[in-house]
Amino acid sequence: MPKFEYAPAPESRSIVDLAASYGLFIDGEFTDGGGTAFKTVNPATEEVLAEVAEADQADVDRAVRAARKAYQRVWGPMPGRERAKYLFRIARILAERSREFAVLETLDNGKPIKESRDVDVPLVSQWFFYHAGWADKLEHAGLGPNPQPLGVGAQIIPWNFPLLMLAWKVAPALAAGNTVVLKPAETTPLTALLFADVCRQAELPAGVVNIVTGAGETGRHLVSHPDVDKVAFTGSTPVGREIARTIAGTDKRLTLELGGKAANIVFEDAPMDQAIEGIVRGIFFNQGHVCCAGSRLLVQESVAEEVLDRLKARMATLRLGDPLDKNTDVGAINSAEQLGRIRDLAATGDDEGAARWSAPCELPERGYWYAPTIFTGVTQAHRIAREEIFGPVLSVLTFRTPAEAIEKANNTPYGLSAGVWTEKGSRILAMADKLRAGVVWANTFNQFDPASPFGGYKESGYGREGGRHGLASYLEGTR
Amino acid sequence: MTKTLTAGLDRLPGVDQVGLEARAAALSTRSIKTTSKQWAIDLAISMVDLTTLEGADTPGKVRALATKALRPDPTDPTCPSAAAVCVYPDMVPFVREVVGDRLHVASVATAFPSGRAPLDIKLADVAAAVAAGADEVDMVIDRGAFLAGDLATVHEQIVAVKQACGSAHLKVILETGELQTYDNVRRASWLAMDAGADFIKTSTGKVQPAATLPVTLLMLEAVRDYRIATGRQVGVKPAGGIRTSKDAIKYLVVVNEVAGEDWLDPDWFRFGASSLLNDLLLQRQKMLTGRYSGPDYVTLD
Repeated sequence: MPKFEYAPAPESRSIVDLAASYGLFIDGEFTDGGGTAFKTVNPATEEVLAEVAEADQADVDRAVRAARKAYQRVWGPMPGRERAKYLFRIARILAERSREFAVLETLDNGKPIKESRDVDVPLVSQWFFYHAGWADKLEHAGLGPNPQPLGVGAQIIPWNFPLLMLAWKVAPALAAGNTVVLKPAETTPLTALLFADVCRQAELPAGVVNIVTGAGETGRHLVSHPDVDKVAFTGSTPVGREIARTIAGTDKRLTLELGGKAANIVFEDAPMDQAIEGIVRGIFFNQGHVCCAGSRLLVQESVAEEVLDRLKARMATLRLGDPLDKNTDVGAINSAEQLGRIRDLAATGDDEGAARWSAPCELPERGYWYAPTIFTGVTQAHRIAREEIFGPVLSVLTFRTPAEAIEKANNTPYGLSAGVWTEKGSRILAMADKLRAGVVWANTFNQFDPASPFGGYKESGYGREGGRHGLASYLEGTR
Repeated sequence: MTKTLTAGLDRLPGVDQVGLEARAAALSTRSIKTTSKQWAIDLAISMVDLTTLEGADTPGKVRALATKALRPDPTDPTCPSAAAVCVYPDMVPFVREVVGDRLHVASVATAFPSGRAPLDIKLADVAAAVAAGADEVDMVIDRGAFLAGDLATVHEQIVAVKQACGSAHLKVILETGELQTYDNVRRASWLAMDAGADFIKTSTGKVQPAATLPVTLLMLEAVRDYRIATGRQVGVKPAGGIRTSKDAIKYLVVVNEVAGEDWLDPDWFRFGASSLLNDLLLQRQKMLTGRYSGPDYVTLD
């Protein structure tokens, strides 16, 4: 038994008012859905949280028409300085209701309250503040004198950062003068539906933001709707491909933010203790449900043994358990389905001869859990070095020289992010120059900022989100 | 000091300031409640080096402080004693008179706090402290020599002081506020441990900033790694600027999660503090009675 046992410190869930069932948010009103309602569960306990409506084709059509009407009559013609007021108001309300959002996100997603409280929700509010500032300055975005919105945006977001991905999509779209129909993931719809309440509280004109819940079928209706001008998707590469095929030949604009298999590269002269933290943050943050997760550790062979010893010691201090407990570091896997995928892919690591080591932590009996795990002795030929696991599983590879590190880091179909750990500034710049990844972090990992563009190379997608570049994804230049 | 040591110090991994401070900030969000808070407060009390280092110290003042260290809460016999009383060398006999063998008596020495005196005078200072009954000596390193790159001098002086200590435990004060960079703190920590320090201590309390959470975290990493490398365990003492129970508990969390629970013991971790003790006592009373009392319910010595 440990000397210093931390007593349970659960965040109170009473701040969240859960309804028994939720409808679709269309044209400023909650309405029933034509599909079959589905249940969303708390992945940490398997408890049903609420029943959620499924939008069928007619519902999606209603939502797109509401968005079109709002675009033509209210939001499109509205001066940027007026749109900004609404966005600032939304940002403030999100900050004011941050605790409520954090608890709800943790309940529905399974991520630790520490992260929803200190990372997700603060970033969400920042995203709206940042883009609110752009709304009346679009002519300075470098897209010509009078850039124009695209129209109606169809936005489909994943379950790993439900509210944050909503903010990444909705804030720039609205700032640029578009209206949106957003589909949250079927396992994590609740914070999006609470966001609908924020839109009403901010008195956002009806139809500017519409939220349709459902699974793949609802998404297909939305993407293929003829009156959609822009599709923005964050999720898996296979679904991204399907979307690209669907809209091929139309004049819809598309941004895709897909999977990743990022290399986190540790040189022998790295600031070692901070590099260990960066490895942990890179792969165990949000249970590894992060498209830009540092899921391949490339460590210089001369320090590999030391790094692994330190990493294991550090992993042994990770606290896995009740996501609502303020001291929890690693929460629940979002769904039984995802847990199955992680198990299957990790099993190929065993089969292909890599050595598995898991942090010695007890897994709760109910709910979906996976212990933080590393595989050593992994080579480029292992499936766990090539395929995205999207879970708390790290593949460890070694390299001898900077050139070999670059070669291995780039030798993947993905290219979303990468990390470099070294005390040598010139090496950081040289590596960043050669790494084919949309984001390169130096002596840090998984840092996000609304002013910084984010997006991938190769099968990690195209288009950028965040910053001036992200804004361009929602505007038509007039040059 | 040998050339190998200098080379060894140069090979220590660098410290990334942003990352170190982020780690300290992350650990300070741990929520320590109810039974664990009670346990942590008692542990913290037992780790206090109750300190007075004033020009105006008198026998009466240090006797009162020593009495308080023995029984911090006179209304509650279950309250643990402090770890030690820390005074200037000439005040040691008055402390010893009160505490006998029941507490450690620590004495600063080596021309504390600046350390700017010839070595023989520093050693005489140490010898006087030990002769007067101190079983712990808190020395200061020669920061001037360290910053001038003369690590050999720093090392030799620590070795000499350690020898002068005899069986007394040696705490080596790095004065991290003057070393300024985290890289310097890591290097000085290893230098002091290699020269024989039983404890490494952040500060004299006379220079700002004194103890900070990141600097203490860094020194805890150093003692952890030093034990892995050599098998010898060295203690850590943050001193100066830790005033509240909340802060003390943050330090204990960092000890627990960085160095490990072996260091959660007054033999291996101390707080150099004066006002901290009363806040710990107030919190302790609050935990036991459910009510906040006030400054008149703890003793002022």
